[in-house]
Amino acid sequence: MKKMLNKANLYWLLFCVGGYALLMGLMSAGIIDAVNQTVIQTIIVNIILAISLNLIIGITGQFSLGHAGFMCVGAYSAGVMLKQIGGLNGFFIGILIGMVINAVLALIVAIPTLRLKGDYLAIATLGFGEIIRIIVLNMDITNGAAGLVLPRVVDFTILFVFMVVALLIVVNFTRSAAGRACISIREDEIASEAMGINTTKYKVIAFVIGALIASWAGALYAGNFYVINPGMFTYSKSIDILVIVVFGGMGSMTGSVISAVVLGFINSFLQSFSNMRMIIYGLALVMIMVFRPSGLLGTREFKFSSLFKRFTKKKEASQ
Amino acid sequence: MTILKVSDLTRNFGGLCAVNNVNMEIDEQELIGLIGPNGAGKTTLFNLLTGVYEPSSGKIELNVDGQMKSIGGMKPYAVTRLGLARTFQNIRLFKDLSVLDNVKIAMHKNIKYGVLAGIFRLPAFYAEEEKVEKEAINLLKIVRLDHKKDEFAKNLPYGEQRRLEIARALATHPKILFLDEPAAGMNPQETGELTALIHEIKEKFKVTIILIEHDMSLVMSICERIYVLDYGKCIASGSPEQIKNHPRVIEAYLGEEI
Repeated sequence: MKKMLNKANLYWLLFCVGGYALLMGLMSAGIIDAVNQTVIQTIIVNIILAISLNLIIGITGQFSLGHAGFMCVGAYSAGVMLKQIGGLNGFFIGILIGMVINAVLALIVAIPTLRLKGDYLAIATLGFGEIIRIIVLNMDITNGAAGLVLPRVVDFTILFVFMVVALLIVVNFTRSAAGRACISIREDEIASEAMGINTTKYKVIAFVIGALIASWAGALYAGNFYVINPGMFTYSKSIDILVIVVFGGMGSMTGSVISAVVLGFINSFLQSFSNMRMIIYGLALVMIMVFRPSGLLGTREFKFSSLFKRFTKKKEASQ
Repeated sequence: MTILKVSDLTRNFGGLCAVNNVNMEIDEQELIGLIGPNGAGKTTLFNLLTGVYEPSSGKIELNVDGQMKSIGGMKPYAVTRLGLARTFQNIRLFKDLSVLDNVKIAMHKNIKYGVLAGIFRLPAFYAEEEKVEKEAINLLKIVRLDHKKDEFAKNLPYGEQRRLEIARALATHPKILFLDEPAAGMNPQETGELTALIHEIKEKFKVTIILIEHDMSLVMSICERIYVLDYGKCIASGSPEQIKNHPRVIEAYLGEEI
């Protein structure tokens, strides 16, 4: 218990509560207007998506392009339950159902496909994502191509709490023995196996955790943005998430968060350019990748503990 | 007591017989050398023993708690869990991770908390992580790398990378340690240090060591017994003295007398 309440963790707690209070205050005071509130909601959903994909691609090194499929399952499970049961109860039941379906799907996809490497895995998961979308497109309960129109049940608090919990799960996983095993698979699969690590097992675990968290993102999206339809979950959505991960730095959770925020604001700023929007956005991405080829942060993470160290070192130096 | 028994082990790659009817019997805490000209099948034999390849025929048996267990065709991670650890001919460290993390990863099979305990940071997590850190630093001290524990593995000089690979293999708590050309690319001074290190490890960890090596001064000075492979076949075995004067070995290395 003592170790859990160390200095760094306390600062993180303060950081989260402070960030929440600040944003909440600014929103209720009307300083952040409705447009920017939507931007922030989108950013939170994107953060959850990015860190869950980063766990699969950046930490475990398995190149998956099926993430929109998992998000789609989460969105529709929550959406259908919102229609059937309604209210927050329906929403949370929907999340649970989405997680169960996603866990089963992830297992079915992972066990055969994670034997594939690199490009082959990307193609296989891409196919999987499209299959999910086509199934959703052709079911009655999901209302086909027209999609679902839903009430808004999610508020900023719920979004924020889910984001923090998702971050905690992914970061804690990465810094445990299982996370180390996943990183070793990314670094050198043959050596990793020779060190007694069941590589298939850890690839599957990372894939399933990633899929479960992606289903939260889908559910939050459905509960927050009124409308979902299959057209939102094409492979280009998977690419959008991938862009956030690569842009922030593969393997860096801090990078994913920062890049989701930066790209979110660039996107909303470019809304006013209408036709030129995607051209400028694309250009901005190219420029960033030219000047920072391994993403904004590479594999580095922001840590309060290393901040302290730097601070105390400076102090010692000045004395 | 026999710890590893190999009987009639054969591995074919298409028409090529890389390992041909090899028989070995290795006792506990022996230091065995495996030599032979290039392409003789030494690394293939290592790969068979550590589970990278499946044998085409023949048996590999490992002594697990007093009983001989067949391990031929088992997955590499399962073989490692039973107590076989190895280093690689062309160093395979986790290059972009710290020296300490390289060792910690190898301790995976002895870590006693699960995925959920890691995610929810249960007390077991903190207790085990502390133990792992301590043991990893101890291992690094043995190979004299503890002062470099926070450096990236790729930034170490060549000789130190080889030593780190040995520390990493030891972290899996092996009963048998396979060293694939541990002295390759080392200068005479480094080779001398390595020889001392191998001795030290054998004393400290009571481990059986099997090594492939081309540096004959190292092989002849530390190995208790030597097996010689040529074209996949075991052509001779015995003490360094016997091997030095064995006509088949001289023929394999130098060619026939005319």
